[in-house]
Amino acid sequence: MHVTSPVRTPLVTGGKTYADVTEDICKQVEGKPTKEWKVAFVISLAVLAYGTVCLFWTWWEGLGVWGLNKTVGWAWDITNFVWWVGIGHAGTLISAILLLFRQKWRTSINRAAEAMTIFAVLCAASFILMHMGRPWLAYWALPLPNTFGSLWVNFNSPLVWDVFAISTYFSVSCLFWYVGLVPDLATIRDRAQNKVSKYIYGVLSLGWNGSARTWSRYEYISLILAGLSTPLVLSVHTIVSMDFATSVIPGWHTTIFPPYFVAGAIFSGFAMVQNLMLVTRVVYKLEDYITFEHIESMNKIITLTGSIVGVAYLTEFFIAWYSGVEYESYAFYNRMAGPYWWAYWAMMTCNVISPQLFWSRKIRRSVKWTFFISVIVNIGMWFERFVIIVTSLHRDYVPSSWAMFSPTMFDIGDYIFSFGFFFTCFFLFSKYLPVINMAEVKGVIKSTSEKLPLKVSGVSKAERLASPAYKKDAE
Amino acid sequence: MAEINKKFLVGVYDDEDIALAAVNKIKSAGVKIYEVYSPFAIHGMDTAIGHPRSRIGIAAFCFGVVGFLCALTLTTWTMGIDWPMVIGGKDPLSYPNYVPAMFELTVLFTAFGMTFTFFISNGLGPTVKPLLFDPRCTDNKFIMAIDLSKNKLSETEIENLIKASGAEEVSVKQL
Repeated sequence: MHVTSPVRTPLVTGGKTYADVTEDICKQVEGKPTKEWKVAFVISLAVLAYGTVCLFWTWWEGLGVWGLNKTVGWAWDITNFVWWVGIGHAGTLISAILLLFRQKWRTSINRAAEAMTIFAVLCAASFILMHMGRPWLAYWALPLPNTFGSLWVNFNSPLVWDVFAISTYFSVSCLFWYVGLVPDLATIRDRAQNKVSKYIYGVLSLGWNGSARTWSRYEYISLILAGLSTPLVLSVHTIVSMDFATSVIPGWHTTIFPPYFVAGAIFSGFAMVQNLMLVTRVVYKLEDYITFEHIESMNKIITLTGSIVGVAYLTEFFIAWYSGVEYESYAFYNRMAGPYWWAYWAMMTCNVISPQLFWSRKIRRSVKWTFFISVIVNIGMWFERFVIIVTSLHRDYVPSSWAMFSPTMFDIGDYIFSFGFFFTCFFLFSKYLPVINMAEVKGVIKSTSEKLPLKVSGVSKAERLASPAYKKDAE
Repeated sequence: MAEINKKFLVGVYDDEDIALAAVNKIKSAGVKIYEVYSPFAIHGMDTAIGHPRSRIGIAAFCFGVVGFLCALTLTTWTMGIDWPMVIGGKDPLSYPNYVPAMFELTVLFTAFGMTFTFFISNGLGPTVKPLLFDPRCTDNKFIMAIDLSKNKLSETEIENLIKASGAEEVSVKQL
């Protein structure tokens, strides 16, 4: 409730009142599924079904169905894992770090971004299970008492750190998301017309009634959760990068990996948020909530993180040369000009050059350009992981072991599985849960909307502005 | 519940600034306010009503300490006592390597412990029937509830106070 300077452009346009916010968001949840939604959902189910068949066959036959060989023992599986984990960084970044920085524009996008995070982390986890080959033994990664002579997991190993990091990140993200959902679920509960939805949303909203005591604690724990999630989100991709950085493979063994991976994760995560939100905003007619201001802010972050990633690429090259380590130098020369040169240059073009287009105000405020560049960025980020993983491995220490990797239909099919899963989850979310955090948007509407809500029940605007509470806040 | 068979005066406000000003006004007239219900957080409302500052941060810290100690015990027991092994030529107990797992467990315990403390201390749970003086408090209205049994002023006096403070509607609710 502080007073925003009039220079700042409004975050919610169209002069929305609190009731309008409720109506605009809830009607998507309450209405019957639209035809577009049904078509999109069926398509994603079909994709998921195809992927599930491929995944079933992968598990039935074993990892031999993938294109891996003796030299390249990690390829699409870990590429996809790192790619999805990276995408899963935007949600918590938006809701936690932007909350700590008091960026009010986060309120319109945090709900969908957090949902996207959760689904992306699930997709990432599915690749962990896949590449184990025997997913039913996944519990071996947990520190459980066992019958193998009380041998425990190795806490010195980055792979075990990863188990802790990803599972903690997933659970805390779910928690953060759910806590934020509770007030909105209560809104839907109180509007629900039929018994079934009243019951379901009633159970989910935990008896929330919006009392001042609850709100004050809610704000308190949101702040602490944000404070916890911020180092958490940074730790997750740091630890993912350590899967590579703590090894001795030239091209992996670099200290720059943690910050470089984190920047890349935010970069690709924001690109995915852009893709999803640009479509959601049109389909659900949310143009007043997700404005050009939001799109532009996200594009600025994409440019910033894209530039950090670009600097990291160049630094790697510089250090490879400057260190004088010939194996390192060769690994990087081989990336750029070896048999995988096309992957390297695809990565450079998509990640370093394309986000620089956002320096133009016209482009970063254009829906079409934003959507296009966001897709390009995610393609580029996939290639980044492919370049790091496959090109570092394919030239083994002995030239007779040199090999190339080519994916089979099961490498591709398992990747398709993750898309089917991701979009199926996202469509379900966008239909049955409010895609915008109504409570938080209502909280910022007054200080940032085009005009103050008109209805003031007998108290004039001047009187209201003169009220002691308002004055105190203005100070 | 303590609220059973009590009479409440319920004021409905249209704007959070008016509601906050009304709370200050009514409190200064010596009336105890039971609670204010709003569709979103109003900064300063809890202190205006007179709710004490939340101590949930202390709970969060305690859960964090518990999480850290659990992680310390787990890593020390498994790596150093139960089955010590020399890995990479290092001491079986190499604590710097356990920092990631310890950090993650500390965060996990803090987040879940704190959030469940929040749910329990506010009486939130899947089977809880919400105490709603007016269902519009989750939509667009700001609802003030005053417990008549806790106040010395008469019903009409308080009603007039609520009306004068800018309320749209005033009603009586028996629980």
